[in-house]
Amino acid sequence: MSRKHKLPAAAAKVPFGVYFRRHWWLYLMLLPGALHFIVFKYVPISTLFIAFQDYNPFAGYFGSPFVGLKHFRNFFGGHDFMNLLKNTLAISFMNLVFYFPVPIFLALILNEIRHIHFKNAVQTMVYIPHFVSMVIVASITYTLLNEKTGIVNLIVEELTGKTLPFLSGPQYFRPIILIQSIWKETGWGMIVFLAALSGVDVELYDAAKVDGAGRWKQMWHITLPAIKGTIIVMLILRVGSILNTGYDQIYLMSNSLNRSVSDVFDTYVYRVGVGNGQYSFSTAVGLFKGIVGCIMVMGTNWIAKRCGESGIY
Amino acid sequence: MKSKKNRIKRSPGDRVTQVLIYIGAAAVAVVAVLPFLYIVGGSFATERELTEKPFLIIPTVFSTNAYKFIIEDGRILNGMKNSVIVTVIGTVLAMFFTTTFAYPLSKREFQGRSLVLNLVIVTMVFSGGMIPSFLLIKALGMLDSYAALTIPGALSAFNMVIMKNFFEGIPPELEEAAVMDGCSDVGVFRKIVLPLSKPALASIGLFYAVGLWNDYFGCMLYINTEAKQTAQLILRSIVLLAQGFDLSGNRLDFGANGNPPEQAVKLASTMVTVVPILLVYPFVQKHFTKGVMVGAVKG
Repeated sequence: MSRKHKLPAAAAKVPFGVYFRRHWWLYLMLLPGALHFIVFKYVPISTLFIAFQDYNPFAGYFGSPFVGLKHFRNFFGGHDFMNLLKNTLAISFMNLVFYFPVPIFLALILNEIRHIHFKNAVQTMVYIPHFVSMVIVASITYTLLNEKTGIVNLIVEELTGKTLPFLSGPQYFRPIILIQSIWKETGWGMIVFLAALSGVDVELYDAAKVDGAGRWKQMWHITLPAIKGTIIVMLILRVGSILNTGYDQIYLMSNSLNRSVSDVFDTYVYRVGVGNGQYSFSTAVGLFKGIVGCIMVMGTNWIAKRCGESGIY
Repeated sequence: MKSKKNRIKRSPGDRVTQVLIYIGAAAVAVVAVLPFLYIVGGSFATERELTEKPFLIIPTVFSTNAYKFIIEDGRILNGMKNSVIVTVIGTVLAMFFTTTFAYPLSKREFQGRSLVLNLVIVTMVFSGGMIPSFLLIKALGMLDSYAALTIPGALSAFNMVIMKNFFEGIPPELEEAAVMDGCSDVGVFRKIVLPLSKPALASIGLFYAVGLWNDYFGCMLYINTEAKQTAQLILRSIVLLAQGFDLSGNRLDFGANGNPPEQAVKLASTMVTVVPILLVYPFVQKHFTKGVMVGAVKG
């Protein structure tokens, strides 16, 4: 089908002027979105140069003095940097190791279920947390883990005779963040793997059964290869966002008692930039984060391609 | 019949695995919804029961005091009104920007297509970040207005690509036939393409609406006037008050034996903020796996 349509289009490659006159409506439709992209995506990118200025709002973008790499030097040389890097990487690696495999595992489990109604019911339920705001998740967490009234501490007290300071103890911060992520996003994270699995020919499984392959062999030789490409794409995206711990979740769960472990690049940019008005310095921090993200995406993509996978672009 | 034969062939060990898989899946589903049930139960409990003795999901004394309080107090209801305004305006704007931008790009012969698509994809990998965007909104005079919450997010590259992929899946014969009948490009878009895209429109509309309803950070960043704050921000201050913290995370002092008094109110406020989403969800969720997300993966 696609061949049939490609041929006439390729043959009738008209000059732009002619095409434009015939289809100017299409360009008019494109216009609002194009303006939106320019104003809200490309203007912020082009004003990133304030990272090299001492920007102040009264002098404006062009009146503020250039200071070269001063903010980058201050940032990398300052005492916040190592702690921010440590906290950010700790949360990212924790998510990569403990959260990333969970949706794959759940998709494999659901793939083994043959009762379609049961499967649909489970899917409907596990998607719900994805649609709930982080404020709600934080509210639920506070309710369940409250030291005096939370159900978790009531159980802990029943078993051990004492309560645990889940919400104020820095040692509990990362595990709580991890459990929140798993609870909220496992179901939704699974959807791409289920979509990839829906394309697998059922006859492959029947053929494998005839050849005497058991459940585990089928999973290893049919199911996993079918979602391998998807797993690699998701892994690239996750590694690329290694410095993006997300803003809402961390900010909502941080408080004065756990700040030593809850301060990450995203919350730092907000606190220093919007809170203290150090626009140029925090833009430099953001730019550093963005560049590292870009390098990570391109790097993992390059590795994936070297290993014979299709990558993301 | 075939499946029966397979079932007989299964070894006892395999049947145990099968049972474990069902139990495991059911357990995951229960864990996903249990916290909501706990919140529902708790919002109907008395303050004394919440703070003094444990109960599981169903409180022994049924009370609607928390709901009476939040109606009289009015803060969270006002926040919900604001959230509804932001969500409705934002979703309409977003659907306009997304569909009109995606349609020309879904046509393979559209000249300039790959240039525009590449420029869009660049923004998915690299962005200006928080501060340049904040300064832009400030420069545009959008601070403390709903424009700051609705317009900048009205075109998500990710949703646009999903939409474009869906449009590409519509058989071109249908559009060609309409053109033969004298339909313009806009006519084709309105009369043929949009009606055929209902599953994608429903899903993407829901993604935008949920994002707008759940947005906390945007409201915190851009809205200063308390009367304009959305439900998420107000819920946040209610939760923190009940927890004994102020909005920036510093401990509040309630005195020697002062307990934060608002546990039930907190749960009731959480409940009313989450209910709109739970009401819309069942109507749209059936579209998720069909078509839309599959298109997203292949694209």
